[in-house]
Amino acid sequence: MQFQKTTSPYLHNNQSVSHVMRQVIYALIPGTLVYSYFFGWSIILNIALACLTALLSEALMLTLRKRPLAFYLRDNSAILSAWLLALALPSLSPWWLIVIATLFAIVVAKHLYGGLGYNPFNPAMVGYVVVMISFPQHMTLWLQPNAGLDFSQALQFLIQGELNSSINMDSITSATPIDTIKTGLSLNNTIAEISASPLFGHIGGTAWEWIAGAFLLGGLWLLYRGIINWQIPFSMLVSIAILAGIFYLVDPQQYSNPLFQLFSGGTILAAFFIATDPVSASTTATGRLIYAAGIGVLTFIIRTWGGYPDGIAFAVLLMNMAVPTIDYYTQPRVFGAPGK
Amino acid sequence: MMQTKQNLFRFHGGLHLPGHKEISTAHAIGNVFIPSRLVLPLQQHIGESSEAIVNEGDQVLKGQIIAKANGYVSVPLHAPTSGTVTQIIEQPVPHPSGLSATCIIIKPDHKDQWIELQETADYRHMDPSALRNRIRDAGIVGLGGAGFPAFIKLNPGARTAIDELIINAAECEPYISCDDMLMRERAVDVIEGARIMKHALQARRCLIGIEDNKPEACAALTEALTKLGYNDIEIISIPTIYPAGGEKQLIKVLTGKESPSHGLPLDIGVVCQNVATAAAVYQAVIHNRPLISRIVTLTGRGINNPGNHELLIGTPVNEWVEHCGGYDESIERLVMGGPMMGFNLGTDNIPVIKTSNCILALGQGEFSVSSSNPMPCIRCGACMDVCPAKLLPQQLYWQAYARDFDKIQDYNLFDCIECGCCSYVCPSHIPLVQYYRFAKTEIWAQERDKTKSDHARIRHEFRLERLEREKLEREERMRKKKAALKTGKDKATKEKKKDAIEAALARVREKQKQSDIQAKNIDNLSAEQQHKIDEIDARRKHEQDNSTS
Ligand code: SF4
Ligand code: SF4
Repeated sequence: MQFQKTTSPYLHNNQSVSHVMRQVIYALIPGTLVYSYFFGWSIILNIALACLTALLSEALMLTLRKRPLAFYLRDNSAILSAWLLALALPSLSPWWLIVIATLFAIVVAKHLYGGLGYNPFNPAMVGYVVVMISFPQHMTLWLQPNAGLDFSQALQFLIQGELNSSINMDSITSATPIDTIKTGLSLNNTIAEISASPLFGHIGGTAWEWIAGAFLLGGLWLLYRGIINWQIPFSMLVSIAILAGIFYLVDPQQYSNPLFQLFSGGTILAAFFIATDPVSASTTATGRLIYAAGIGVLTFIIRTWGGYPDGIAFAVLLMNMAVPTIDYYTQPRVFGAPGK
Repeated sequence: MMQTKQNLFRFHGGLHLPGHKEISTAHAIGNVFIPSRLVLPLQQHIGESSEAIVNEGDQVLKGQIIAKANGYVSVPLHAPTSGTVTQIIEQPVPHPSGLSATCIIIKPDHKDQWIELQETADYRHMDPSALRNRIRDAGIVGLGGAGFPAFIKLNPGARTAIDELIINAAECEPYISCDDMLMRERAVDVIEGARIMKHALQARRCLIGIEDNKPEACAALTEALTKLGYNDIEIISIPTIYPAGGEKQLIKVLTGKESPSHGLPLDIGVVCQNVATAAAVYQAVIHNRPLISRIVTLTGRGINNPGNHELLIGTPVNEWVEHCGGYDESIERLVMGGPMMGFNLGTDNIPVIKTSNCILALGQGEFSVSSSNPMPCIRCGACMDVCPAKLLPQQLYWQAYARDFDKIQDYNLFDCIECGCCSYVCPSHIPLVQYYRFAKTEIWAQERDKTKSDHARIRHEFRLERLEREKLEREERMRKKKAALKTGKDKATKEKKKDAIEAALARVREKQKQSDIQAKNIDNLSAEQQHKIDEIDARRKHEQDNSTS
């Protein structure tokens, strides 16, 4: 009898890239729902638009690069990048902002570097930074919690970039808590005075702390499922907490407390979902600790002293650049090699 | 209770794999049957292949030597039953390449008549070297799969005292259960064999490492040990983590020691032998029976009646399968060895040899490697997390992909034991191990070419030296002639010239000395070096064939 030939191993755990990406997307759902509970339809629409743009541009690039279309579209990686990008962008964004950011993420940051697996930079963060630098005035329109925008209004803003003149923009938007603190401090207010605003909740910003909590749940589930490693979230959160803790102890009137730092802005989202993007992160165990600690430190620095409202995107991209070096110097000791 | 509780260690990575052992352990070991013909490859071990000493048409008796050892790293081959040597020809052999090799074909006469067995002396009064010779003469090789002549590994050499003799009873690959069944049914053979090897090595301790998914085997060994009243062997149950049965991994688990990355377990005072080898040693030393049969697992959903059988070496797989009730129609792949490290057979018209432990017929739903294209590596590090050699499989993959064979060695390619853990977990379904095998083959080929060109260079240098020498000699003659003619020649110039010639000659001598050294290096190889070279050669051949198939 004759048989077909292939080489061992003949078993596989049936894990696949598309499955991994899908799990990560599932883990984003609770946070996204809570987000939409507080801020309405905008975020859902933004995510939908970003995903659509991502899929179309991914398909276009795959065709141009003569790659099998269905095979790669099924891997879910473009959707995940787009979803993360939409979560990072302001909740009130005009359609073109989202489209431009997504195009940069997928076309430039991903495909021009060689497609899935070859991109040194986190695509979502590249897209974010590009629009942040190009259109800073459009990056500040954050809805107030429970602003009460309905579906058609959200859609209207997305399409036209503005609302009916009957609605007073100032009454429904506000700066993010982190931004508020920054502006407040520059006006010589103390943290306590600034935090008295209704924008601030128990530990983070109002609503934001709940959103962060929901993302935390999703992230922990990913950890539990073994989809992500503990090193990156752990190291990033700990480094921010330690830095923030030190400054808070030195001067609690000038520096917000560590819990606030963890539960506001995109800290939790970044720690579990963005910094853990395997392609652009360090791969060795020690390397991941260093990489994520770097992101934490840079985030804190940019947040506290930098000119931009939140430093996560810059921090991630900067550390992406350091990854080859980190990986090189943190290779594990091979079994049986000297020097345990 | 001899079962020792001792501190165990953990190796990095590894996998929890579904065992599937129950498929083949439901029945007792099947009895030997005599097939219509036996196919005995001359090469069933690592090293020099044996040399046939029978001719076509010869009558042979069971246990008679039909091929003798050829060189140090070699063992003899015995007739598994009585009968006639019908042919000595090229036949397909169990090898990833599917290539053929020289085999002795015996047509059994079904009398199964033994050659006269000599009385054996008590091994306890035997010199270790005499004991090793007996084991060698019985044709025993490592039965765990590698097939390295067992007697060589029982030679501790002059420099090392052996701390631990480790009997590898882990049998960590899924599906395979021949060692399990051997221990359940022939525990005394195993224990006695282990003691003989301990004696041969004069080892301080003897540990039997057995995965905890084999409680029956463990109990049988413990019981045998108690009954025999020995207290110098320790049976240690270890956690079931693939590949705990890898030599280096097992040593680490039991002793905490890591065999050096470019060395042998012997370097850290450890020798590791397979449990079936121990049983074969017992048969050879106590009953003077050579290695003519072994237990083999026939399993997988592609088989109608899976189980373990004692088979004569040389039994054709197709006859055996037929004897057991044939294939299930769902069969997808036929594998020799286990599903993680075994190799695919293109045909079942091949014999069972000394190193065959399992024939696995992967049936419906068992063959779980996706046939679609691999995705790009997403650097997830899953491969790294499971690698028992603590390598960076994704880096190895990148380098192999880029054909950077220097860099790939910086990432310790040759520490890869090809366990397949990385391929098993890769979400991109990249056939990682295939890349490593490819890279190893390429590097071996390059080394071989380099050796060739080194030889050529040496020959070239010899020639240059000869030419220079001849030239100098000619000049010397000319000079003498001239000197005879022109007696009034300036003495100082003469001296200078002479010096120059002397210096040139010295250079030549120096060069020659260097080449002498090189030549010596190649001639006087230690057994270990020869072993390594042989192993590499065998490996390379195997890989090369593999990659071309
Ligand atoms: S498991 Fe596969 S995809 Fe992940 S890092 Fe290793 S080779 Fe790359
Ligand atoms: S096959 Fe090699 S690289 Fe892959 S896990 Fe095993 S030892 Fe590591």
